[in-house]
Amino acid sequence: MMEVIGWSSIFLRLAGHLWPVWLALVVLILPSVLYRRRLGLYGRLFDSPIGIVGLLLVAFWTFTAIFAPMIAPYDPLSQIAQMKNEVPGTMRPDGAGYYLLGGDNLGRDVFSRMVVGARRVLAIAPAATAFAFVVGITLGLPAGYRGGRLDTGLSFIANLVLAFPVILLFYLLVTPEIRTTGLPVVLAAVLFLFPVVFFTAFWNSRLHMRQTARNIAVGLTLVIGLWAWSGLAFNADPLGVWSMDPNLLNVFVSVVFVNAPTVFRIVRGLALDLRTRDYVAAAQTRGEGAWYVMLWEILPNARGPLIVDFCLRIGYTTILLGTLGFFGLGVSPESPDWGSTINDGRRLLTIAPHPALVPALALMSLVLGLNLLADALREESLKD
Amino acid sequence: MLKFLVRRTLTMVATALVLTFVVFWLTNLPPNLEKLAKSEASARMTDAEVESWLERNGHAQPLLKRYGEWLGVAPGWTWEAADGTVSGRCIPRGTPPEEAARFCGVLQGNWGLSTVFKQPVSDIIATRLGLTGILMFWVMVLMVPSALLLGVLSGMREGSRLDRGLSTISIASTATPEYVSGVVLIVVFSSSLVGLRWFKGTAASAMDGITFENFFLPVLTIALYGMGYIARMTRASMAEVMTQQYIRTARLKGAGFGRVVMRHALRNALIAPFTVIMLQFPWLLNGVVIVETLFNYKGFGWTLVQAAGNNDIDLLLGCSVVAVVVVLVTQAMSDIGYVLLNPRIRVS
Amino acid sequence: MEGKPVSETAPASPTPILEIENLSISFFTRTREIPAVMDFSCTVMPGEAMGLVGESGCGKSTVALAVMRDLGRNGRITGGSIRFKGRDLAELGPRELRAIRGKEIAMIYQEPMASLNPAMKIGAQLAEVPILHEGLDRAAALDRAREIVAAVRLPDPDRILNAFPHQLSGGQQQRIVIAMALMSKPSLLILDEPTTALDVTVEAGIIDLVRDLAETQGTSLLFISHNLGLVSDVCDRLCVMYSGEAVETGGVEEVFGAMRHPYTQALFRSIPVPGADKTLRPLVAIPGNFPLPHERPPGCNFGPRCAYFVAGRCDAQDIPMVPVEGYARHGSRCIRIDEIDWAHPPAPPPVAPPLPPGEVVIEARNLKKYYETRSGAFGGGMAKVVKANEQIDFAAREGETLAIVGESGCGKSTLAKLLMGLETATEGTVLLEGTEIQSRPVEARGPDLLRRLQMVFQNPFDTLNPSMSVGSQIQRAIEIFGTRRSEADRRDRMLELLDLVKLPRAFADRKPRQLSGGQKQRVGIARAFAGEARVVVADEPVSALDVSVQAAVTDLLMEIQRKERTTLIFISHDLGIVRYLSDRVLVMYLGHVVEIGTTEQVFRPPYHPYTEALLSAVPVPDPKVARKRIVLEGEIPSAMNPPPGCPFQTRCRWKSQVPGTLCETEVPALRETAEGHRIKCHLTDAQLATMEPVIRVAD
Repeated sequence: MMEVIGWSSIFLRLAGHLWPVWLALVVLILPSVLYRRRLGLYGRLFDSPIGIVGLLLVAFWTFTAIFAPMIAPYDPLSQIAQMKNEVPGTMRPDGAGYYLLGGDNLGRDVFSRMVVGARRVLAIAPAATAFAFVVGITLGLPAGYRGGRLDTGLSFIANLVLAFPVILLFYLLVTPEIRTTGLPVVLAAVLFLFPVVFFTAFWNSRLHMRQTARNIAVGLTLVIGLWAWSGLAFNADPLGVWSMDPNLLNVFVSVVFVNAPTVFRIVRGLALDLRTRDYVAAAQTRGEGAWYVMLWEILPNARGPLIVDFCLRIGYTTILLGTLGFFGLGVSPESPDWGSTINDGRRLLTIAPHPALVPALALMSLVLGLNLLADALREESLKD
Repeated sequence: MLKFLVRRTLTMVATALVLTFVVFWLTNLPPNLEKLAKSEASARMTDAEVESWLERNGHAQPLLKRYGEWLGVAPGWTWEAADGTVSGRCIPRGTPPEEAARFCGVLQGNWGLSTVFKQPVSDIIATRLGLTGILMFWVMVLMVPSALLLGVLSGMREGSRLDRGLSTISIASTATPEYVSGVVLIVVFSSSLVGLRWFKGTAASAMDGITFENFFLPVLTIALYGMGYIARMTRASMAEVMTQQYIRTARLKGAGFGRVVMRHALRNALIAPFTVIMLQFPWLLNGVVIVETLFNYKGFGWTLVQAAGNNDIDLLLGCSVVAVVVVLVTQAMSDIGYVLLNPRIRVS
Repeated sequence: MEGKPVSETAPASPTPILEIENLSISFFTRTREIPAVMDFSCTVMPGEAMGLVGESGCGKSTVALAVMRDLGRNGRITGGSIRFKGRDLAELGPRELRAIRGKEIAMIYQEPMASLNPAMKIGAQLAEVPILHEGLDRAAALDRAREIVAAVRLPDPDRILNAFPHQLSGGQQQRIVIAMALMSKPSLLILDEPTTALDVTVEAGIIDLVRDLAETQGTSLLFISHNLGLVSDVCDRLCVMYSGEAVETGGVEEVFGAMRHPYTQALFRSIPVPGADKTLRPLVAIPGNFPLPHERPPGCNFGPRCAYFVAGRCDAQDIPMVPVEGYARHGSRCIRIDEIDWAHPPAPPPVAPPLPPGEVVIEARNLKKYYETRSGAFGGGMAKVVKANEQIDFAAREGETLAIVGESGCGKSTLAKLLMGLETATEGTVLLEGTEIQSRPVEARGPDLLRRLQMVFQNPFDTLNPSMSVGSQIQRAIEIFGTRRSEADRRDRMLELLDLVKLPRAFADRKPRQLSGGQKQRVGIARAFAGEARVVVADEPVSALDVSVQAAVTDLLMEIQRKERTTLIFISHDLGIVRYLSDRVLVMYLGHVVEIGTTEQVFRPPYHPYTEALLSAVPVPDPKVARKRIVLEGEIPSAMNPPPGCPFQTRCRWKSQVPGTLCETEVPALRETAEGHRIKCHLTDAQLATMEPVIRVAD
């Protein structure tokens, strides 16, 4: 019989392992609270209890992800046969510490897997959401601002993707067979081109009256953008800086593809509303180009709802990634990401619930934090 | 009105065609067909054998032609073997080719044969859809009233303590996907860990007879996730309505708070959530798939997973058609319902 | 005399309907308390009409809501009392309060559309009042509703009772709101800017109605408005508010006849009156800005903007309300009331002589704009042609101001869009210094053309991009017009422009939300003049501003125009301001030019019948100004469905003088009645000659 420690002891030891997170939280929160009156919307979050809780949860998981290697006591993949499904607080057979949150069905440390899993989730979800936003914005602005055929066409395509049940789309897109057809690469090539287009238009519309500044800004955008593009989409970066695991690329692209139409619809709606403003008419009557009006007059004034949606969407993307993992469509079978871990654990749920419960609660708390944060942001931005 | 309906229907048909074509294309990609050949005939086939198997079974034709056959607008393929026997898409084994119909696609009611269940796809989908329909019915019965109540209660006095409390509940519920709440609920209510054991952790027995014990957890799991979202929408809509001038008018007419809420606010506040509830259906499909897998309830979602996991092309196509139709119909209903509920749009 | 508060009781009279004493109201935010109303007293006697006048943010609506006990979650009465028929409203429980609301005190507000429940039929909304208060059954309540609907002079009551609010026009909606308020015959009716959202000619009808009903039913009125003229039309007594305080109160004749507060006087002198021109009654702008509620100065709130300000006295203590000697119930909150020579206010600035007009700069010939719209619930329906502009002809010279006047739907904004290239013309030509621009959309105009033709927009809260600093927005315009090459030059020019519009240079780094409405409008003007514009189209540039700021912005616009010799096309519905600043006037109705001429010609008979009605509808606060009341029947027809023949024939009071069905069948020609004065009317010259002036100014 192996030694098992009690819950209070488990929590103390967990807190000890998480020391870098506590330190980082203090470093983040103290100055923020002190200078909150000068920090604009972010500072006002500290006036709302919901905002504080949301921010703390999100910051907790972000720091956990950042410091994961320092926190995780063991290798998330190493298996110890005796530790299979052991309860939380069980000592390792070699006596070198405890499986604080127990062992899973292969005898791996649940705590370490949760911590490293956080890193997986937080590496993909915000980035994928950001890409979805760039795609949605780049297409949504012209659709809303210009209207007409362009709008009809783009809206039809967006509705098409939205009418596709997400789960079905994933079953069709995130399969090993798909990769051999090269479809994900094509999708990636298209989707990853949007940031380049976006930033080129962004700088060009602003600086087109100042030749030198324009040439530098647009040139830099194109060089860096296309370099990253070649690496990420085609794995063809000559310098090898930008690259993405093909399996990851497949998941990433699918997630962006699913999220972009919703962002498109939001941006389109905002643009439809903002284009009737007098400052837009003022820009038109002084002869500004369409991209200037869209990117410099409309977009900055749509930022409130977009920031709120961005927070919500990271949460939603986290849920989506979990869903993928749950159906075994995740990044890789061994991966400690939360969805896959829940899927692994659910078969023995009634006997040994902890391997599934721990990542489930982790995922829930992160998404809850993001939702609370979004809610507080929305509320605070509506005030005065 | 008529023109609108015609246009709406045309858009729906176009969407359905494009979507089914995409699904058809994705399920019929060469690697999938190769896998099909190997699972149907023999796993140790050479590439050439695969090639000829595909040719014999009509899979080597152009994509559009095959899609047309599946749809029932192109004549089914026929193959004359070296010995002169004719096989074909529309020729059931054992009947002479002359008697076979030329077209046999979805439009003729022929949905194909499931390779996993060895049954006609239409039969499988009909039974499975029935099971899921029961599940969805109870989900709606539980979810919609509680979500609306939650939303109206918290939206009628924005910023009150009641609002803060209820809002936090609905935010927490939207933050908990089915695979998390399902796991937690099973652990709490049916595992040895907590020891409550009030409900069953599986709904397999519910397919024969529904009891509160075997059906409540799956229903609750789906309802929980969707509930928060509808409640949030209802709250936002209600809170917005409560700040409107006409609510002040009603209040200053001397109407009590209850009357203001029930007679003046509610109808205006429920227009937006109605669309949301309708648009929830496609989203709920996700939950259905997860919950049916988690609770081992062999409904439509479970079938979809089986079809996708086993490369059962015809079944997967059938499931997709059903899913797409459900989504499109609910979208149309939400559009029409919005117009009907909103007198401002209806008459002008 | 100083320091003794006015006792607001009338000599030996019945109990007042409403008695407010030393009322203070604050709003509480998380960080601070913002006082909205301080030490406010007023009394309304039975059958009396009391006016509350002041600019936005002065607290007048807050007083009304306090009377209704509907201040919301953040507002609280922090001092004083409100007594209604002798009962302290603050002590009423919810049930007693409900019994008073709608039954004893009813309220009417600004936006009629927003005040009516969009999902309920008019009949049900009206019937609710007697059902709630008198326990009537539905049928009886509906009968009552039908009577009242007829009483507010709405046609076809049965149809209206069965309609939803959006099926009625703005004027009809406001009549329904009034009807709803009168359902239970209240003893006090509070009207909060009841006509601000309506057109002037519609407003006149509503005001007439309110006055008649109040008279016949003996209802007391608390009439809240920013418009001194309206208040003087409707009310017996008034109370002028400034920044949360009542500054002067008294009978209408007393206050207008003997103003005893510098703010009342300054406000009065800053309002243009359509009957008087620049020399007869010059405008005097009030300097500075309205103080924000948490930045009020010590002592007298008006001190920093007051011409009679004495440091050390006016800002030394709280100023009490003191009675004005020689008048009953006339009080003023001025510490120097006995020292100021009220009969001789400070002399207005000298009026600059008119500019000699130069060459024709912009010209429109036979300009037409038709839109095709689709109506119907589902986007289908019949395609309809909306004739937004019909045959517009005008020319404007260098340094000249051409005013375009008309009410909503007359096509004046479409005309502005046509000139700016935001729309292209269906027919006709627009010439800018000889270049045809009618079919060149703004994208095709090129920097030089764009820079010469610029625009000032209406809504100050919408005219600037909220996320960009003021300076960078002006600088962007300079950059786009390409008139300055280097970044430093552009910055210099931007600072010059800030000087030009009299804003401190430090404003360059501010965000628009840190500016007041008037300041934003100044930035908008600076931006329009960034490229040395030749023609500036100003679309209602001051109508959204507070009265005291309007004059200053108007003066600024005229000053810059003189300096730069710019042609100004000034679009407005406000005849007062038009009279004040324009050289020539073009009156539009339903897309037609009905009258055009010099300002003198248009404001003097003969008028077009519409101009006549428009002039008479403008409420004028000045007791020296007498005007003839002409209230137009009905509403402005929709541009989607214009009447046949003369566009004005449905409302014209002269129509009977024209023989036959000429008015209904034929659009009259735009006929020259004097050199440069043209009128689109079937009336003969002899008939036109019988017209009397609408406005007379007594000496």
